[in-house]
Amino acid sequence: MDFSANHPILFAIVAGIIALVLAQSVFFLVRAVKRAKQLGIAKSTVSKTITSAAIFTIAPAIAVLVGVVALSKSLGVALPWLRLSVIGSITYETVAAGNVIEAAGKEMSELVSDPSIFVSIAWVMTIGIGAGLVFVPFVTKKLQSGMSKIGMKDKKWGEIFNNAMFLGMISAFLGFVFCDVGLIIKGDFSGLIPVCVMGASAVVMAVLGLIATKTKIRWLTDYALPVSLIAGMASAIPFTALLGGGA
Amino acid sequence: MTMKKNMSYMDSVHHYGRIWGIIVGVVLLLFPLSLSLIFGAAPDWKVLVSGLIATAPMYWAVGIVEIFTYVPMLGAGGTYLSFITGNISNLKLPCAIDAMERAGVKASDEEGEVISTIAIAVSSIVTTLIIIVGVICIIPLTPVLESPILKPAFDQILPALFGGLAVVFISKNLKLSIAPVILMLALFIFVPALNAGTVGIMVPVGVIVTVIYARILYKKGVL
Repeated sequence: MDFSANHPILFAIVAGIIALVLAQSVFFLVRAVKRAKQLGIAKSTVSKTITSAAIFTIAPAIAVLVGVVALSKSLGVALPWLRLSVIGSITYETVAAGNVIEAAGKEMSELVSDPSIFVSIAWVMTIGIGAGLVFVPFVTKKLQSGMSKIGMKDKKWGEIFNNAMFLGMISAFLGFVFCDVGLIIKGDFSGLIPVCVMGASAVVMAVLGLIATKTKIRWLTDYALPVSLIAGMASAIPFTALLGGGA
Repeated sequence: MTMKKNMSYMDSVHHYGRIWGIIVGVVLLLFPLSLSLIFGAAPDWKVLVSGLIATAPMYWAVGIVEIFTYVPMLGAGGTYLSFITGNISNLKLPCAIDAMERAGVKASDEEGEVISTIAIAVSSIVTTLIIIVGVICIIPLTPVLESPILKPAFDQILPALFGGLAVVFISKNLKLSIAPVILMLALFIFVPALNAGTVGIMVPVGVIVTVIYARILYKKGVL
């Protein structure tokens, strides 16, 4: 068959794989909702979890879509569609594709027309990040039951342990937000953009939290994270204009 | 199927998680193979190997560390789903953390397991559906998604996400937060090698440091 990075058959295969991945999510969702009922978790808690997860996901998912569009210029639409719907983040897939295209002596800006290069890219994208696929089915149970044991042995420590992990992750990302502030010495203020965006998002979250506790409007907290996310993203537009992320 | 009745919910999550994980893993591996068969093109081995050498070692190393870091936070069901649908640190995990926090449950309990699974499953489904709509409408959407006005907003998604999340967690764990946050800020500001590309490696570092610090505070009776 003549190769094209946008061949209809590619879309058909990718659609099939994505349907399978979708089915997995639906399978686990249905079972978890049933189990929530058996555990006596309030119906309202479950439905709030569902709606706020869905709303929270919209903006990051559109960002993923931006990645699909960006990669489609060199790889066609079908391959980025698959890769960004499963496993890979835009950073990884761009690096993986870039490494292959570079090795082939081609440019990332042009559509891949050589089927053997295209196949090589697909292989590298798949195998290059395979650790999770290979190990997760075999180690998750051990890790998970280890965690439950910590919680059972000492309930209070289990809770602190849990919070410490979340905080550890959050602190790493907060550090990342500040990674370019050092550029100020060189007169480049663009490193402050993420700091300001984070600040804006944090302020919105704090204000929403205060309003929710003062006025007892509980549902506000259910949507506080997506609202602070969108507000932060929106603030990035004026902050970037002001501080110049021109490059 | 008869054994299903005797399994606890947690056991069944692991049981089905493994089955789905293996099936999807095999299908994903078959994808590049099917491309070769359909287009009658073998991979360019030289290009493939050098591309793989440039990509795999770092991402396998990070991937293995990520398993140990994220599995305890995601819960079992959340793990089986998010290691397939991806975008863990920038989407699935914040989504699960927020959901568990609001529901007042924790990942190591079955209640937390269930809430985390629901949040991550919904997040995966919504992401997949949004991308499907985007792919179908890619021609009219491209100018909007690539508009220079919106670009800064998409570039700053991580700071916008973690600003809000940080307020919730730091305000509730003030004593525990100060040292790890200061440490990470100092590291990222003063070590030039730490940037967007290496933040993935720093997450486990942050987690380990904070857990050790928490243990010390706990033993001293400060927490």
